[in-house]
Amino acid sequence: MITKRLIPCLDVRDGRVVKGLNFQGLQDVADPVELARFYNEAGADELVFYDITASVEGRAMFVDILRRVAAEIFIPLTVGGGIRSLEDFDRVLKCGADKVSVNSGAIANPGLIAEAAQRYGNQCVVLSMDVKRVNGRLHIFAKGGREDTGLDALEWAEFGVNSGAGELVVNSIDTDGVKQGFDLPMLDAVAARVQVPIIASGGAGKAEDFVELFQHSGIDAGLAASIFHHRQVEIGDLKRRLQEAGLEMRL
Amino acid sequence: MSVAIIDYGVGNLFSLASSLHYLGVEAKVTAKADDLQAADRLILPGVGAFGDAAAKLRESGLFEVVRQQAAAGKPLLGICLGMQLLFDKSLEYGEHTGLGLIGGTVEALQPDLSAYASTESSFGLKVPHIGWNSLHILRDDPLFRYFKDGEYVYYVHSYYAKNCEADTLAVSDYGLPVTGVVRRGSVWGTQFHPEKSGAAGLRLLQAFAEI
Repeated sequence: MITKRLIPCLDVRDGRVVKGLNFQGLQDVADPVELARFYNEAGADELVFYDITASVEGRAMFVDILRRVAAEIFIPLTVGGGIRSLEDFDRVLKCGADKVSVNSGAIANPGLIAEAAQRYGNQCVVLSMDVKRVNGRLHIFAKGGREDTGLDALEWAEFGVNSGAGELVVNSIDTDGVKQGFDLPMLDAVAARVQVPIIASGGAGKAEDFVELFQHSGIDAGLAASIFHHRQVEIGDLKRRLQEAGLEMRL
Repeated sequence: MSVAIIDYGVGNLFSLASSLHYLGVEAKVTAKADDLQAADRLILPGVGAFGDAAAKLRESGLFEVVRQQAAAGKPLLGICLGMQLLFDKSLEYGEHTGLGLIGGTVEALQPDLSAYASTESSFGLKVPHIGWNSLHILRDDPLFRYFKDGEYVYYVHSYYAKNCEADTLAVSDYGLPVTGVVRRGSVWGTQFHPEKSGAAGLRLLQAFAEI
C-alpha cells in the first residue's frame, strides 16, 4: 500500500539553510547539500527547497545548489519561492526539480496554475498555501504570511485543484513555529474539500504530533523544518514510531 | 555499454541522466536517430499527457526509430508516461495510438477506483496516485536482480495500464492492482520513477544496464 510521507523543508537564502519562527528572526542552520544528503540517508521521502533569496546572486547560488543536490540524491525534489511565471518553472525544472511549488505567484496570477499544469502536467504543480484564521474564517495570506489577501482558504484550495494543482501544501500560520502540533481542524477542512494529496505543514514539535496527524486519513504527508534540522526528531525513529502506530511507512 | 535517453521535448531528463551517471553508466540525452541506433540500451522517459507526448515523439521523427530498434531486440525501458507509450493505445482525453510494443490499454484510475470504492481498502484513495508504494513481484526477471520483493518505489500518475496481465511482472496495491512493471521480449516498462525511488530505484536501473 501507499505510504505516508515525511518531508523535510529547507529554506535557502544566500546558499544557506535558514528557519524562522513564525517567519521572523531567521537563523542559519546548515549547508543545503550536506543537509539534503543527511536527510536522504535518514530516509526522508522527499525534499522541499524554498528559495527565500531576494538577490540575483542568491538566485544563481540556489540553482547551483539544486543542481548539486539533484546530481546525487534520487528522491523527489520540490522547489518553491519566487515562482511567478512559466520561465521560473522552466529555470528550476532544468536544474533537477521534479515539482514546483507556487504560492504568492499564483495569488498574483491565478492563471499560472492552469498554464503550468498544461505545460508540465498536474503532477508538477504544487499549490502551497499559508492559512490563518481571521474572525473565525480561514484566510489565505501572501508574501510569506505577511499579507492577508482576504481569499477564503477552502475556495482557493478548490480553485487551485480545479486549475490543475496535483498536490497541496497546507501551512497553518497559526501553528507554525509554535511546536504544539499540526492545525488538524484546518487541515481536515481543506482535505474534505479537494481530492488531491495534502501535505500538512506548520506546528510539528514532537513525534506524537505526526502520529496524531496521520490518524486523519485525508492527510498524506507531513512537512517540517526546524524539528528535523535541530534533530529534535530523527526521521528513522519517527518512521518506526509511525509504523508501530499501524501506518504504512517506507523503511 | 551506453544508454540513450530519448529526448523528444517531454519532461525533466536531468535526474534520469544524473542517476545513470551516478551509477557509472555512460548515458546520453539525445534526439538524434543515429544516437539511438548506436546506443546499446534505450530509455524512453516522459511526463504529462499521453496525446501530447505521442505527438511530440512522432514530430521528432523518433517514433518509428524506437519501434525499429525495439523490433531488432535492443533493450528498451519506458518510464512513467514513457511506459504508457509502449502500449497499443491510451484513453487519456480521447483515444491515442501508442507504440504498440506491448498489448493493452492505458486508462484512467479514477473510475476503476470508484468501482472498488465499496471495499474498505480503496476508500478515500486519491488521484493522482502520488507517493511511495511497495512493489510486488509476480514474475521474476533479470530487472529484479538487485531488487527485493516489497521494496518501495515512487509513483506519480492518474492513468494506468490494464488488460496486460500476460506481460505484467510486478504490481502495487492502490485499492486495485496497479501495473508497476511490464515486459515483452526486450521491452520493459515501469509506471513508477526508478530515478526517483532512492537506492531501490537505482538498483533497478543498474540491473537494466546489465541486462
